[in-house]
Amino acid sequence: MSEPGALEVGSRYDLRVRRSPDAPETAGFEGQESHVGWLHSYETGSTVDGPGIRITLFMSGCLLRCQYCHNPDTWHLKDGHRVELAQAIRRLGDFAPMLRAMGGGLTISGGEPLVQVGFTRGMFAAAKRMGLHTALDTSGLLGARADDAYLANVDLVLLDIKSGDPDTYREVTGQELAPTLRFAERLAAIGKPVWVRYVLVPGLTDAPHDVEKVARFVGPMTNVEWVEVLPFHQMGEFKWKSLGLEYRLADTHPPSEGQLQAALDIFRHAGCRVR
Amino acid sequence: MQDLAAAPAGQGEARAWRSFEPGRWERAIDVRDFIVRNATPYHGDEAFLTGPSARTLAVWDKLQPYFAEERKMGVLAVDAAHPSSLLAHPPGWIDRDNEVIVGLQTDAPFKRAIFPFGGLRMVEAGLKAAGVTPDEAVHQAFTRYRKSHNDGVFDAYTPEIMHCRRSGIITGLPDAYGRGRIIGDYRRVALYGVDRLLRAKREERAQIDQMWPTEDVIRLREEMAEQMRALKDLVEMGRRYGCEIERPAETAREAVQWTYLGYLGAIKEANGAAMSIGRISTFLDIYIERDIAEGALDESGAQELIDQLVQKLRIVRFLRTPEYDALFSGDPYWATECIGGMDLDGRPLVTRTSFRMLHTLTNLGPAPEPNLTVLWSRHLPEAFKSYCIRISRDTSSIQYENDDLMRPYHGDDYGIACCVSAMRLGKQMQFFGARVNLAKALLYAINGGRDEMSGEQVAPPTVPVSADVLDYDEVFAKFDATMEWLARTYVHAMNCIHYMHDKYFYERLEMALHDRDILRTMAFGIAGLSVAVDSLSAIRHARVHVIRDDKGQAVDYRIEGDYPKYGNADARVDDIAVDLVSRFMAKLRKHPTYRGATPTQSVLTITSNVVYGKHTGNTPDGRRKGEPFGPGANPMHGRDAHGWLASCISLARLPYADAQDGISYTVSIAPTLAPKDAEGGVANAVKAFDAYFGQGGFHMNLNVLSLDTLKDAMESPEKYPQLTIRVSGYAVNFVRLSREQQLDVISRTFHNKF
Repeated sequence: MSEPGALEVGSRYDLRVRRSPDAPETAGFEGQESHVGWLHSYETGSTVDGPGIRITLFMSGCLLRCQYCHNPDTWHLKDGHRVELAQAIRRLGDFAPMLRAMGGGLTISGGEPLVQVGFTRGMFAAAKRMGLHTALDTSGLLGARADDAYLANVDLVLLDIKSGDPDTYREVTGQELAPTLRFAERLAAIGKPVWVRYVLVPGLTDAPHDVEKVARFVGPMTNVEWVEVLPFHQMGEFKWKSLGLEYRLADTHPPSEGQLQAALDIFRHAGCRVR
Repeated sequence: MQDLAAAPAGQGEARAWRSFEPGRWERAIDVRDFIVRNATPYHGDEAFLTGPSARTLAVWDKLQPYFAEERKMGVLAVDAAHPSSLLAHPPGWIDRDNEVIVGLQTDAPFKRAIFPFGGLRMVEAGLKAAGVTPDEAVHQAFTRYRKSHNDGVFDAYTPEIMHCRRSGIITGLPDAYGRGRIIGDYRRVALYGVDRLLRAKREERAQIDQMWPTEDVIRLREEMAEQMRALKDLVEMGRRYGCEIERPAETAREAVQWTYLGYLGAIKEANGAAMSIGRISTFLDIYIERDIAEGALDESGAQELIDQLVQKLRIVRFLRTPEYDALFSGDPYWATECIGGMDLDGRPLVTRTSFRMLHTLTNLGPAPEPNLTVLWSRHLPEAFKSYCIRISRDTSSIQYENDDLMRPYHGDDYGIACCVSAMRLGKQMQFFGARVNLAKALLYAINGGRDEMSGEQVAPPTVPVSADVLDYDEVFAKFDATMEWLARTYVHAMNCIHYMHDKYFYERLEMALHDRDILRTMAFGIAGLSVAVDSLSAIRHARVHVIRDDKGQAVDYRIEGDYPKYGNADARVDDIAVDLVSRFMAKLRKHPTYRGATPTQSVLTITSNVVYGKHTGNTPDGRRKGEPFGPGANPMHGRDAHGWLASCISLARLPYADAQDGISYTVSIAPTLAPKDAEGGVANAVKAFDAYFGQGGFHMNLNVLSLDTLKDAMESPEKYPQLTIRVSGYAVNFVRLSREQQLDVISRTFHNKF
């Protein structure tokens, strides 16, 4: 199926596994491969992943194992659908006139887009050639892979900081916090627009001092346009169960309005523009 | 009656037309010319609007018990003894002291009338369902002395058409009731007064007195005589309500009242499936602004006129049968009003009264009728666009159609009949023709012309597909031949229907409010487009195995592999949809039509997508027997997997040139945005509309509703008396849908954002 305009991938809400058994393991994948990529799904019409109305690509492959991940079927490249870069660019072209007319653009999310840094580099470059706004939705763990040339084609970074505390971060994601902070500092240094995202999970990421650490870190950064506090939800639970994974948040409820406001207040006090 | 016509023209007109910009419209019947010379485009926002007046609220209070009772009981009352006409019923009131705009269909609100000229069977079935005993005298008259439209059609039908009707491959034909979809130019009554219209008709009639009496000429003469009789009756009807509609309207109140009386006359004379009011807001605005400038009216008074007009349009009722309700649920009558659009000089036809008309949804609450239709152009004033979106978000009671697409075809004074059928007001009418079931036609092609449900031979026998795996070329060739036969049979049936409708149930008043020489279209329609298209895509791109019963008939299909689905902006399948639309249209165009009508086509199902699905077996796309079709030109439920933008692109690809009777698309969006982001959502929606219509999209029937609300409304309907939802070109009270249709609405794709 490589005719123009076609990308045989399903909805982002579908569970998609083992679509490409020949794909490399995610861990250890250098990601420089550029003419081919592994995609979980894509969706049009989003208005929350950057300015205007957007197409969002959900890439496969992620090194984080967030307890609240709602797309655990995006962790492995092998679960994704193999697509040619040229084919994905043609597909983007189908939507480009409407996206341009709506002041929107391309957001690459995942998974972690920087796992496939070569492929996403090609997509961002193509989107810029089409006159689209571009946004990278990343955890920042692999921020070092995005060199300056890469970032030159990214208009906005949606930076997901899972926690401000290294221990909590490790507990939530299974990875280290430091690379994300270093990436954030680099983005601040070059003045790249950033929306920081913070997922509020009661009992996991809502400890005031954890939130405060993130708030104090990003508060002084003038390139951070927004801090968005996203309430935890249970929509990913079925995927954990279907994949036979142990889901540790089955009894966790979404944060109350009060808990949400408390977190927002902490960011506000640190001088952040929040929503 | 000679004296009416001979009344001096000058004086009344001079008074009525004071301070209007003169033009051709004074010398000839030309409402469009009047509007473009006199309308004042409004670029501001809605801040000037006011709430309902005390009188409006008093009338509304009087009506509430009727609405509540009707939700519980269905039909409240019927006059079974007096077939409806302009003068069949004495005048009626709701609350005489507080009604600023007057006139009811019968002598009491919510009392329905009968229209036996369309067909006695339909009347008696409707009466039976309402628990009312048919009137003996009416029965006698229409069995012994007077033939109906319905009787005439069945005299002319062939056994083949009867077969198609029964099997459901052609459904909803107006062969037993009023065809509707004719819009009288009711504004003419206000602008000119009926005397002047009569004079114009007399002149038009005199011109054809010299013509040799061919069948066409004789018919036209008789029709014009009927038109003039109707106009005289209309004057008498107005007189009973204390209105001198023989002269032109002199004030805003009279303009609203005269226009409404024209419409009221039409719904007393005809029970058409769709009875649009046309495009009156901006016309009425000219009178309202003049009265305001003269100090005779203030904003509250202006809103009161529009609110009270809309109250009247919300209580139109026709007696229908249960079968009819199954097709078109929620008691619709499509009192469609068009708002906005641009004129040919590039000025917006948005006026303050465009806002006032939409504001009725705030003042009186959401409602399905009148069917408020915004003619969208990217050049409309931005403040108006935002206002429309906000009202959509709060009420789900507006549909949008692409003025930039239609204006080159229909000019700047067209109205929408029913849901999506554009026609030049007073200059064009259509012969309405419901629709055929393309998905079923595909199954006929596979089964050699046999119906997959009954096993009956409906289409001419052909060799059925015998292979285990369906071959695209083989199936398509057979499908093409089946469509050829279907198109021919369809045109045949339509010619019979409209010949008889003109003969036995001619819409004399609506046609009196047209020019003599009009463009007639014959409006065909297709249902099941997404099912047929996805089935063909499955056959082409996957492997579709046939499962046959013991008689060798294909009854089910097993799909091996995946296939591209319509609604995802995927050219491999969207091209099939484009081809089917153009292909079927080309087949329809081959056949001569009654009165030389120009064939057109719609992709529209209204709520009949449920009934069509019910009567269609398993299809090669994996849809199960009985499962509803996608409504209108929508993708099948849940198959548009990549968001609304992708669906919009697929829809926008369908060629309007080959579907000039309209392409219906319904979108439901859940209101997930927090209020603080609401204005950003409105701005995004405006951009999305501009982009979708800019791509050539025709229609956007927008719902902003949460799934939870709908589910709760199913369980506790009493909590949601005014919950309105748009379904394929019109809107309904959700709680008045059948449970089946409610489930269908709920199962449709909800796009989770805006």
